[in-house]
Parts: sequence; structure tokens; C-alpha cells
Amino acid sequence: MTKKLVIIGNGMAPGRMLEHLLEKAPGRYAVTIFNAEPRVNYDRIMLSPVLSGEKDYEEIIIHGDGWYIKHGITLYKGHRIVAIDRTAKTVTSDHGVTEPYDKLVIATGSVPFIIPVPGHNLPGVLTYRDLDDVRAMMLAAQSRAKAVVIGGGLLGLEAAAGLNAQGMDVTVLHVMPTLMERQLDPAAGYLLQRAVEERGIKVITKANTQAISGNGKVEQVELAEGTIIPATLVVMAVGIRPNAALAKDAGIAVNRGIVVDAGMRSNDPDIYALGECAEVNGMVYGLVAPLYEMARVTASQLAGDETAAFVHSDTPTKLKVTGIELFSLGDFADGDDRQEIVLRDASAGVYKRLVLKDDRIIGTVLYGETADGAWFNDLKKKQTDISQMRDTLIFGQSYQGGAPLDPMAAVAALPDDAEICGCNGVCKSKITSTITAKGLSSLDDVRAHTKASASCGSCTGLVEKLMVLTLGDTYNPAAVQPMCSCTALGHDEVRRLIKAKGLKTIPAVMQELEWKTSCGCAKCRPALNYYLVCDWPNEYADDYQSRFINERVHANIQKDGTYSVVPRMWGGVTNAAELRAIADVVDKFEIPMVKVTGGQRIDMLGIRKEDLPAVWADLGQAGFVSGHAYAKGLRTVKTCVGSDWCRFGTQDSTGFGVRIEKFMWGSWTPAKVKMAVSGCPRNCAEATCKDVGVICVDSGYEIHFAGAAGLDIKGTEVLGLVRTEDEALEHIVALTQMYREQARYLERIYKWAKRVGIPEIKRQIMDDAEKRKAFYERFVFSQKLAQVDPWSERVSGKDKHEFRPMASVGFAQAAE
Amino acid sequence: MDWISIGTLSDIPRRGARCVATPQGKIAVFRTADDQVFAIDDHCPHKGGPLSQGIVHGAAVTCPLHNWVISLETGKALDADEGAVRTIPVKLEGERLFIALEALAGRAA
Repeated sequence: MTKKLVIIGNGMAPGRMLEHLLEKAPGRYAVTIFNAEPRVNYDRIMLSPVLSGEKDYEEIIIHGDGWYIKHGITLYKGHRIVAIDRTAKTVTSDHGVTEPYDKLVIATGSVPFIIPVPGHNLPGVLTYRDLDDVRAMMLAAQSRAKAVVIGGGLLGLEAAAGLNAQGMDVTVLHVMPTLMERQLDPAAGYLLQRAVEERGIKVITKANTQAISGNGKVEQVELAEGTIIPATLVVMAVGIRPNAALAKDAGIAVNRGIVVDAGMRSNDPDIYALGECAEVNGMVYGLVAPLYEMARVTASQLAGDETAAFVHSDTPTKLKVTGIELFSLGDFADGDDRQEIVLRDASAGVYKRLVLKDDRIIGTVLYGETADGAWFNDLKKKQTDISQMRDTLIFGQSYQGGAPLDPMAAVAALPDDAEICGCNGVCKSKITSTITAKGLSSLDDVRAHTKASASCGSCTGLVEKLMVLTLGDTYNPAAVQPMCSCTALGHDEVRRLIKAKGLKTIPAVMQELEWKTSCGCAKCRPALNYYLVCDWPNEYADDYQSRFINERVHANIQKDGTYSVVPRMWGGVTNAAELRAIADVVDKFEIPMVKVTGGQRIDMLGIRKEDLPAVWADLGQAGFVSGHAYAKGLRTVKTCVGSDWCRFGTQDSTGFGVRIEKFMWGSWTPAKVKMAVSGCPRNCAEATCKDVGVICVDSGYEIHFAGAAGLDIKGTEVLGLVRTEDEALEHIVALTQMYREQARYLERIYKWAKRVGIPEIKRQIMDDAEKRKAFYERFVFSQKLAQVDPWSERVSGKDKHEFRPMASVGFAQAAE
Repeated sequence: MDWISIGTLSDIPRRGARCVATPQGKIAVFRTADDQVFAIDDHCPHKGGPLSQGIVHGAAVTCPLHNWVISLETGKALDADEGAVRTIPVKLEGERLFIALEALAGRAA
């Protein structure tokens, strides 16, 4: 006897299930479908091409009306099921149709997640789920106005690309730091963002939507930090959740989705669930491959094969935006039982990363070139041991077998007219002939004479190979000390390339300069963070996770994990009120050690990290700010009492020291900078062993620099004599800025000066007034953003998480 | 095994760590760039430095006191250094983080 099969929902999963069922057990069931959407089964994955105008709705229909008629299936279009009566075994639609079933399949799919911000229900706020949404978006797009897409995942980006193709001015808001962070690692996310932005779509990451507002319809979106983005259309594409409400109302077991066993059967043996609404083995799915697998299993079960079971497998993700090639599969997290093979070709926009464990691929991210995705997927699925092809694996299938070409031989084999440096149009013979003719022996010489590798630097490896071929073993390309094991580039090259290529984030540097690790190490990250802070003061967002702990919590860590705190005492001058405040803080927080420092101020040691904000709050009340005793930045300006008190003093050394300190505090530098101003050549402030020192004389101010009194002991060099205090300040500031822009991270001034040469520094600061002024202006500009007291910021709540444990556990049991 | 709730994933900055205070000392809970979570004793095997204060890179942390690099997965010192720190079972359910109580009780006994 024919049984009655009722299906709630007419998406891709039940559509595929019916195809299987009709093949396996034709005639076994009389099928009735209720579809809440007023149409037949269409390919939801192709909505993006419909939105972008590349396809019409008719082209994405899977089963037309004729198919249902041919198979004798009753399809109720536009009927939403409002109740399931499990006792009577019937379903009832919102139009009042009641249909009995023997077997019921629930395929209600998912509902888009709506962020419950104020204004989320204003006209003009849409989701991206079905054809109605797409048509509404296309209608809105006719205005050519501004649209905001909330969500930088797969759907959000496809919606943004579609609206952009329809002529709208689109901004994507994404709450995480990189796009598609579930499918892509940060490097690939960065490339993707760049590609999206190149299409004219604006992307704002770490964007917290606060409210949507407007008078009767959407007019703008407000972000938590205050940015306001005008928009007439807002698309929310922040995720989906299984649509299981109907099942839940009917008393069927529901967790995140409708709970089913591996045979796709719910806790009611006559009711199955499949698709995005189903939860199997604790997982819910949104990609089509596992949904089709569910369809196969459900069809087999309904056809009488009770052994059919759903098995989880990783599904590759692809983004359907024309021109962006992206493939992601499996697990690509770091781990030290895992190895990674990374291929970056910045100029071609290619990034490939394979994550290996026990010589098997467990994860793959491909960007820019995804042709080998299927092959990698196959190797992963079959758990193929790749140790034999490891060296060439990342190049893909076509490179397997056959000996890899020796890179040196490959360069030697290049024709004379082969272009080596694309930026400057320099060919191979130009480089080799110049090396021979001019007797060049260093990379810098070759850059100076030929311009090859002097712009973006991506051909440096090729140029070096040509130098080896031309000069033989006399050229040693390894002479440049790399920053760390994450890169082959030295500090100077990295600094140069950051400027030349306009790199403004750490992921951008790592991507463009082809870093070998995915997120650097404790050597390169603080260095890169400094370089970016220095080079892009108003654009770069300081990455605190790339700073050492002292700079992250603005205090000095001690051997026992406590901290020391040194407030600023401008020029080493203090008074009774300040000393009293320090004494009170010491008492209140039971600070075990108070010490006068070599830099003319007071150090309080042994403070618990949790107490730091409270200590700062009390110090702040007395007018103290951070002394940056922990910083690669301006530390102290020591002074003597000068002409105000001393019978030998020639100038107001105290006042000038205070002025320098107030002008320069807060600036970050490659390494610490300590200064001093002495009022006469007797030099009581010991200015001649400082990074920068001033000796006041009758005729003016003698500026010294490049001293050392630490690991090395070295007297200062004289920069020059200037007449007025204003001039002295300008010269000192310009010198410091030159050091900030040129030195390697952690390189003190005396080491930098030795490297670039004292005469060159004198020439730029003393002789070239224009250069000096430019250095000075750049310092002043960056100070506008740097002079914020980090202690008072933290007293007001910034980085609260740094100062207290996330939880306390186990204490109750211990007390028993 | 008893799991104790210690907060949510978003309590910890990416490439960062937070501490959980216990009667036996602090536990450092790390979150990597790709949202993996690890928990280890907040005590470097070298000289007891607070590992939670170090720079997190990949699935490792560099101790703030003397730059030992500790694997977050195994608790072992990497590179040429030798030593290990206890790892604590940690799991993420949705947004919520849990550590295993049994390990704590075991240590108290």
C-alpha cells in the first residue's frame, strides 16, 4: 500500500532527497510538500550570481513545475506549516490545509540571525536568505545609493559584491579583525580584504554595530566607537541558526537543531529532519555537501535501508565572487605537532598554506590560485602519506614526479633580455654587465647603479642569484642578518619596504614580505609594531599583543612577577606634595621597596599587578603621570640646578631639561632614550654618557649624542653648538626623529650612529636646515597622538582585562 | 571529570592570555590567533616567570623574564631549553570556557 510522505520545506536538501527516493523506491510514497516560499525548488547557492546580475532566477531553478506533475507530487506553494499533531499524525498549514502523514520529513532550513540592535526592524533592513531578499536588494540598488552589509563572512561578502555590481556604494562591517575568520587564517583574510577593497567596497573590521537609525526608514548605521555610516539599505548577514521552532512546538527533541540520529531520524520514529535545521552528532551544517549527504541517507532510510548513516566530512569552502579565488578546507590551526608549508607570492596575490600532521594533510588554505584544491582535498580525504613529495607538494599536482629545477640553474638559464625587476624595468643582462663593468660587490651597489630591487624588493632573491652567478663565491648573500627566523630580510630592508609599499598592519607586512610563519614570533612582532607606530603615527592601530609585557601594562615586571612603578619627575624636580603622595601610596599599598633611581626619580617596587590601576589612580590625584621607565621610549632627562642656584651655572639647565621632557615624553623609540642637561662643563648631570646630552656654556648649548654607560661605556660625540634654547630643542628633536626613522629595533643611539656614521648625522641635522625642520615637524606630528598618559587611561578602565584574573576557582572547596 | 566554567572566549584577547586564580596558584589560559585555547600553569619551568604575561605566537608563548619559549600544547620548553610546565584540560563550548576541576583536586591532594 502506498504510504503518505509529507515534507515541510522545499529547499535543496529535500529536493535532492526526493530525487534519490524516486530512484530507489519509486511509487512507495504519495508525496506532499509544503513550501513557505511561493515557488518551486531553486539553487539557493546561486542567489549571489542572481544578485550580481550574472544569472536570472529562471536559470537557477532545480525542479520546475513540470517535474512535480511528472512525479505526481503535490506542492503547496506559499503554505507555512503552523502545527504538527504527532498523535493524529497530521500537519496543518497557515492557509488551513491539514494533511495526514505516515512519514514526515522536516526540512525547515535556517533563519538568518538578526542582531537585536535598536532599529533592526526599520524598513530597509534586510537579510540575505531567499529570492525575496535578493529581489528587495535589487530594487533598493536601483537608487545607486549607499548600502551597509553587516557581516564579513561568506554570505556577507557575496551580498556586498552583488550590491557593488548593482552600482551601490557598499561598506562591509565585520566584528572580527579579519574577514571570513572561520574559513581563513589571518594572512588569507588580509589578501581577501585587499581584493574586496580593490573592487571599491569599503571594509571596516572590528566594527561593533551599535544602532541602526532613521526617520521611518534606514538612514544610517552607528558603530560603537561613534562612526556613523549613511545607508539606505542594511543587509544583515551575520549568520544563521537552525529553524527548529515548529519541531520544538511539536515536542520533538531540539538542541541547536532538531536532534537526529545518524539515520536522520528524530526521537519520533516517523519523523525525520534534514538540512540546515537538523543536528546530527552535535553538529549543524550550512554548506551544501553535507546537506546532500543527509539527503542521500534520509532517502535510503525512507526506502527501507536502515543501515544508511550520515558520516561527517570536512567540506571545502569557496567564495562565489567573480575574480576572487579562495579555497579553505579542514583544520588550519597552529600546533607544535603540526607543520606548515606556506607559499606566498605577493605580486601575484597568491597564498597557499598546507597544515600537516604526521606527514598527512589536515588543512588547506588557498588564495589566488585554487586549481589544486581538489587534489589537496583528495590527499586529505585519503590520508595519503606525503613525505615523498613534501618538497614540491605546495606547487601542486603538476609538479609531482620529475626532478625539481635547481633554482640557480633556472636563473642561469634565463635569457639576457628576461625582466628581473618589474618595477624599474631592468633586464638580466643590464644587471650582469653593470656588475662586471663597475666592479660592484654589494646588493646596495647594484641597487644604486641599476635600480634593480630598489623599489618593492620582491626581486631581491633573483638579483642576488645573478650576483652569485656573476661574482662566484666572492658574493655572500647571507651577509644580511635576518630579523629573526620568520624572515630572510634584515631590519633595514623591512623598514624600507614598509615605507615603499605603504604597509600599515602587521599582517600586511607578513603577507607582502613573505613571512615564513603565520603570526611571527616574540622577536619580530615587537619590532614590526614599533616600525609601524613610527612610520604611520595617525594610521596604525598599536597592536598591544605584539608589545612586551612592560609596555603592555605600563610598569616594569620584576623577577617575582610583581611590578615596579616610576612616576615622572620632570627634570628630576619634585616637591613636598609629590613626596607626600608617594609616601601615602607606599603605606596604603604596603609597597615593600622604595628606591631613588639613577635617572633622578623614585621607584616603587613589589606592587601586585592587580593593584596597579589603584596605585596609578592615587598617583594621578597628586598630578603624576607615567615615567615610561618600562618603555622603548623617552625615559628621563637628568638635570643639574643650573643658573638659578649654582654659582657656576651658565644657563637654566633645570628649566631646559623640564622643557625637553615635557616636549618629548610619550614618544616611542627603537630603544630607550636617556637624556641629561648640565648647566656648565663641570657636567654634574653626567650628560656626556647619555643618548643625548646638553652641556650649557656661556655662548649657548653644546649638543652631545651617542654616549653609553651600560653594557658598553662610551663618551658622547659632539653634534654641534647652537645659540638659543629654541634652536637646541629643534636640533635634539630632529636628531631623535632621525634615529626613530632609521634605527633597528632595540638599537641604541650609539650603535645606530656608528652604523650610519657621525658625519652623516651631523650633515643632516646641523647643516641641512630643511631636513632638520622636516624631521622636527614629523616628530611634532607624531607627538600629537603619542602624548596620552597611559596610566590615567588605565585608571579610566582601558585594558581592564590585563589587571585582573578572568576567574577564581576552587577556593570554596579549599575552605572546607 | 568535572568542568568548571571560567568565563567566555571573548574575555581573552587574541594572541593573549588571562589568569585563573586557584588555591594552588595561577593558571594561564591562552587564546591563539586562530582561537585555539590552552591552559597551563602560570609558572615558567626556568625561573617561575608568569607565562600569561608573555607574547603569544603560533601555539607557543615567550616568557617575559628570560625569553624561554613554551609550547602551549605540551607545556614543554622549545628550542634548546629543557623543562616542562603542567597543562590543564580546557574546553570551549560555544562561547564558554571550562577547565577540568579534577586536575585541580588532584594537585591539592
